[in-house]
Amino acid sequence: MNSTEYILTVILVMTIATFATRIMPFLFFHGRSNHPTMNYIAKYTPPMIMSILVVYVLKDVNFSNDIGLYTLLSVVITIAVHAWKGNPLVSIFTGTFLYMFLVQM
Amino acid sequence: MMQGVVKSTFPVLFGYIPLGIAFGMLFQDLGYPWYLATLMAFFVYAGTAQFMIVGLLAAGVGLTEIAISTFLINSRHIFYGLSMLNSYGDWGLKKIYLAFGLTDETYSLVTTIDLKDDSAKERQFFIITALNHSYWVISCTIGAVIGGSFSINTQGMEFTLTALFVVLVIEQWKQIRKPLPFVIAAFSSMVALYLFSDQMLLGSIALSVTLLIITNFLENRHE
Repeated sequence: MNSTEYILTVILVMTIATFATRIMPFLFFHGRSNHPTMNYIAKYTPPMIMSILVVYVLKDVNFSNDIGLYTLLSVVITIAVHAWKGNPLVSIFTGTFLYMFLVQM
Repeated sequence: MMQGVVKSTFPVLFGYIPLGIAFGMLFQDLGYPWYLATLMAFFVYAGTAQFMIVGLLAAGVGLTEIAISTFLINSRHIFYGLSMLNSYGDWGLKKIYLAFGLTDETYSLVTTIDLKDDSAKERQFFIITALNHSYWVISCTIGAVIGGSFSINTQGMEFTLTALFVVLVIEQWKQIRKPLPFVIAAFSSMVALYLFSDQMLLGSIALSVTLLIITNFLENRHE
């Protein structure tokens, strides 16, 4: 296999492996179900996953240096602006501009 | 309405630009032509797995290992799909595409949509999924094309994804108004951070869904 053929095979393998994780639930359960446990999972999983993603994106931040301080400050400002204005885009971009300004300064 | 849907994807756009460009640059460092990065972004469409593969390719790992590690790193998406079962109607091919494009960021956006009208919901899901997908493909391509020859200062831009998730937690709280899922999530992520730091994401999601099912079972028994 030359290197382009090899990388095309890698892409194919990765496509199948990734797609499998995303399509599996829909293959195992056909259509909508009104099972109460399923409804319970559907209701509470999004807030759980969103909270876990916050921990995930912050887990490698070293809170004892400047970057940690900038991150903390920007997260606090994002929350404060969101509590104040309640507009997701405004909150997200205010926090991000602040963070970019601080790290590039 | 559509304008609002398009706008809701902007944080993902700004999050994907620095990440996609970083991936494209690393990928073309391996000596492959730029369009292979585009192809990978289009078909694989999984940020973490794509960054992982750059490392694995450089180390010359076999296809079986690549298949297994890609599956494991993305297996958290099984839980995303599970919680979306009731949100998708009988949408045929479109449903397959929506499942294909269910990344962390797309999942975050579509789960905030609460519509009774099925066809409107289908359209919004599709727009969000297709836009996010195209942002990713374009960003990865830009990174691979410009390579190391050019530098743009996107430092810190990836914070949009952090801010997006933080804001969405608040939005979820406004909808749910019950501490349960947040407490389970906090507990599970702490345990997962401590037990398996490398696979923290998969570990905490698997643990929290398990705890959720147990809680549901206990609640039913008390009734």
